[in-house]
Amino acid sequence: MNVDLTMLEWARAQFAMTALFHFFFVPFTLGMSFIVAFFETIYVKTGKKEWKEITQFWQLIFGINFALGLSTGIIHEFEFGTNWSTYSWVVGDLFGAPLAVEGIVAFFMEATFAAISFFGWKRVSKGVHLASTWLLAIGSNLSALWILIANGFMQHPSNEFGFFNIETSRLEMSDFWTLIVQPVAQVKFLHVVTAGYTLASIFVLGISALYLLKGKHKDFAKKSAAVAAAFGLISSIFVAVIGDEHAYEVANTQPTKIASAEGLYVGEKGAPIVAIGIPKNLKATEVTSNEEGFVFKIELPKMLSLLGKRDPNAYVPGLKDLIEGNEEYGIWPLSKLAQIGKEAREDLFKYHEAKKAGDKAGMEAAKADFYKVVWEDKEKGISLTKADLIGYGYFANSNVSPDLIYPPVPPVFYAFHIMVGLGFWFILLFFMSWISIVKGTFENNTLVQKLAVISVPLPWIATSFGWMTAEIGRQPWTVFGVLPTAESVTPIALQNVQATFFLFLTAFVILGIAELKILFTVVKSGPKGAH
Amino acid sequence: MTWAPITVDATHFYLQVYWWIIIAVLGGLFLLMTFVQGGQTLFHVAKDEMEERALVNSLGRKWELTFTTLVLFGGALYAAFPLFYSISFGGAYWVWMLILFAFVLQAVSYEYMNKPNNLIGKNAYKFFLYFNGVIGVVLFGAAVGTFFTGSNFSYDPVTRILQWGTAPDGFNLRGLEAAIDFKHGAWFNLAMGVLLFAMARILGALWLINDVDNNEFSELIERLRGTVKRCFIVLLVALLVVLFGLLTMKGYAYDIHDPTGKVYLEDGKYLHNLLSFGALPLIVFLIGLVLYVWGVLATLKGSNKGIWFSGLGTVLIGIIVISIAGFFGTPFYPSYADLQSSLTIQNSSGSKYALMVMAWVSVAVPFVLGYIIWVWYQMKKGGPITKEEIQDPESHAY
Ligand code: HDD
Ligand code: HEM
Ligand code: HEM
Repeated sequence: MNVDLTMLEWARAQFAMTALFHFFFVPFTLGMSFIVAFFETIYVKTGKKEWKEITQFWQLIFGINFALGLSTGIIHEFEFGTNWSTYSWVVGDLFGAPLAVEGIVAFFMEATFAAISFFGWKRVSKGVHLASTWLLAIGSNLSALWILIANGFMQHPSNEFGFFNIETSRLEMSDFWTLIVQPVAQVKFLHVVTAGYTLASIFVLGISALYLLKGKHKDFAKKSAAVAAAFGLISSIFVAVIGDEHAYEVANTQPTKIASAEGLYVGEKGAPIVAIGIPKNLKATEVTSNEEGFVFKIELPKMLSLLGKRDPNAYVPGLKDLIEGNEEYGIWPLSKLAQIGKEAREDLFKYHEAKKAGDKAGMEAAKADFYKVVWEDKEKGISLTKADLIGYGYFANSNVSPDLIYPPVPPVFYAFHIMVGLGFWFILLFFMSWISIVKGTFENNTLVQKLAVISVPLPWIATSFGWMTAEIGRQPWTVFGVLPTAESVTPIALQNVQATFFLFLTAFVILGIAELKILFTVVKSGPKGAH
Repeated sequence: MTWAPITVDATHFYLQVYWWIIIAVLGGLFLLMTFVQGGQTLFHVAKDEMEERALVNSLGRKWELTFTTLVLFGGALYAAFPLFYSISFGGAYWVWMLILFAFVLQAVSYEYMNKPNNLIGKNAYKFFLYFNGVIGVVLFGAAVGTFFTGSNFSYDPVTRILQWGTAPDGFNLRGLEAAIDFKHGAWFNLAMGVLLFAMARILGALWLINDVDNNEFSELIERLRGTVKRCFIVLLVALLVVLFGLLTMKGYAYDIHDPTGKVYLEDGKYLHNLLSFGALPLIVFLIGLVLYVWGVLATLKGSNKGIWFSGLGTVLIGIIVISIAGFFGTPFYPSYADLQSSLTIQNSSGSKYALMVMAWVSVAVPFVLGYIIWVWYQMKKGGPITKEEIQDPESHAY
């Protein structure tokens, strides 16, 4: 397929833009919905009016954010059709299901119970209201579950739950349950929701600290901060623990991503992690040693092998190995994968030509070759067929450089390292806040208060960078190893994509600024002035 | 006789039918829920600040449900008929993008319009709601129109390359031609858009008449009745055009028993569809129409319960329109550029396994509908929207 590469870039930029906008609001919803539910629970348990005030204040802020979450979400859902129609065609059978389930089980739960939680204070009993607030929180988090199952499939498609059907020329689902419980998706889910809890906790802690610094709403701020610090401490530790598990999954399912994130060009036993460094943007095919890759770096020896393979001396392949192959460790060169993928494509065409001609024998022959096993591990009982490698056929094209098989190193490296670094900072911040709250000194500890205020924007940076690691790191694939990004995009003239890009950019920038202005006004006027 | 085609897997066929029924029901429910969009175009009926806030608050509690129904409608089409999702959204790009854009703007407007310091001012948000009400509904209606008049596309089933319009990658209207290409039924698509819009607007007015306190806002209610009357005339005209089109146009057809699934044109196809199964579709359609008109007439006579009749009528009408577009050997997304590229529920669906899994998931639907109705009832039994509630600082009023 001849796609306009400039258009492809614009389509990617458009998806990235809308996704990042969406994910400004989503993690806040995920965490804040629970925090509001905590406050309301305390209110219902104690019956004290000040807790109701706290609940309603944070709920107001929740609502302002929630609206933009919905607004940016709907584009996402349909962008798969409008801009990634070939993608939708090829994987719709697998990918559509989790999206539809999300609609049925999660979005309606959110939308319906949000109505009671927002407008029902006087219309329903306290118990029903509290239950609704909790159901709203659960519904939001369920929506994260399903969308991340969908994304987990894109990160790690496996023939345990799907296969390429030669007859229909697309991927089809073979086991829904395995798709749901596959570890990549589950780890992603846990990492993302706990990141959301961390983000919302920092927001509440920071705003509370701001009030204390200004000497306003003291009682309100102390109570809010206590709940936020406790929730945040637990969540931030969880984020890091699951993040480590996440890295392990990535190392074992997407070697190009982990190698790019660490700037590892030549595979090593006992590979290190670069704690701090400035990577260069190089071509793996031209690099000869890992030293060339960085302007400067500080390493933690053996850590990458330990994290990625759970063994300090294990071998981790580098980008060069992934292109040129490494017989010693059983890594195939890209050229071999490309050749197999090319044969699979030829079989596909042969099959359909034979079908047109009514040639049954020809169809059978093409089909048999298409599903021929090319690799297997008898002990583990896993195998790969030519069909599984059909995506690599893209690289058999002589004008596709092998250096396109991995993402650019610097953005993935920075995004990943900054996220992880911030993760450790958040744990420290919550730890300090929690200690001073327990000791009763938080109210006067201006240092911690200031740190909390300054930290408010940081979790948004961490979550955005997390997605950049995941998504840029997945390139050049939309479905890892199966469907190249260039073969996913809608064939359409460039101007259309540019026009919609700016249409949505303008809308989101304006609405985003409006949101921030409203938010600042509400924060400034404080809990009493909320309405 | 078997209804399932003998040449394909019968279970797969029944699942495809089942999913088209779900799509039809979701489509019908979405049409009902467009009362929110219709109501959004009635701000000018309010003569003072308080009346306007009554309007905003009444609709503002329901918009999210409409929005979510649209999202699920899209999600269900994606899961059950992925090929349609891919071709229609990727092909008729601008139609869908504009519909989406209209909903993007709607999602923030209720929440932000009456908040201080909202950057662009209340009137801008009011305009967004108006835009959503008009563009969102008219374009959606026109898109439904193309289920009958067809679109300009072809594709290669092996390489999966879609071609929309004449120039392969070149510049073309990408779906908007449906509104100006009169050779290919633009008049019908437009009439469908206007029809849906008039229906939505009437529903909106009926809803407000029911949901806003009739004593406190008696003048507003009277003015809304006037709107219903005027819109009803528009509705009748649009309905006549649509019915005329449906009954006279050549329809797209294929034989469900034919293994090649060859598509051809048939005279009076949609009339045949209405009359199949012992004229059941026609009967349900007429019941829907009578209910709708009943609701309108009752309202004009002074009742405030019209929404329940007209609402139910709308759902039935929606179900039938979508049903006759896809059942009885009819390609629901026909192509006039290349008849054989037309999409049918059989050639555009997900695999048997995926449809089966989703069919199990759909067991949750009655449960979801159940709690929606329960919540709706809980919120409604506290009585209509009053001035007191709008002014109450604790009520999250807009
Ligand atoms: C369900 C799948 C899915 C999910 C949950 C996300 N994305 Fe994604 N993302 C894609 C599916 C995808 C995609 C359709 O596969 C894209 C479009 C082009 C591409 O290569 O992948 C993509 C591209 C893409 C890119 C551009 C990468 C590049 O072009 O190199 C970025 C930065 C993001 N996404 C970021 C995000 C963020 C911030 C998300 C959180 C909301 C997010 N993605 C969720
Ligand atoms: C590319 C993938 C995504 C698509 C297609 C998508 C789609 C949507 C849509 C259509 C809505 C509005 C729902 C409604 O009608 O109520 C929405 C809201 C939401 N989405 Fe996404 N979304 C995506 C990514 C994500 C991710 C990655 C998460 C979480 C980890 C997430 C979590 C949520 C939540 C919690 C909401 C609730 C509303 C809010 O925040 O205001 N979404 N999304
Ligand atoms: C402290 C240590 C952390 C580690 C070891 C870690 C690890 C990871 C890894 C390996 C990925 C990439 C996954 C992929 O490519 O599929 C990732 C993604 C992500 N991270 Fe982290 N992370 C950490 C902290 C954080 C923090 C503090 C946040 C936000 C508050 C965060 C938010 C995210 C998000 C939103 C994603 C994208 C979604 C996903 O792939 O799960 N992470 N993380």
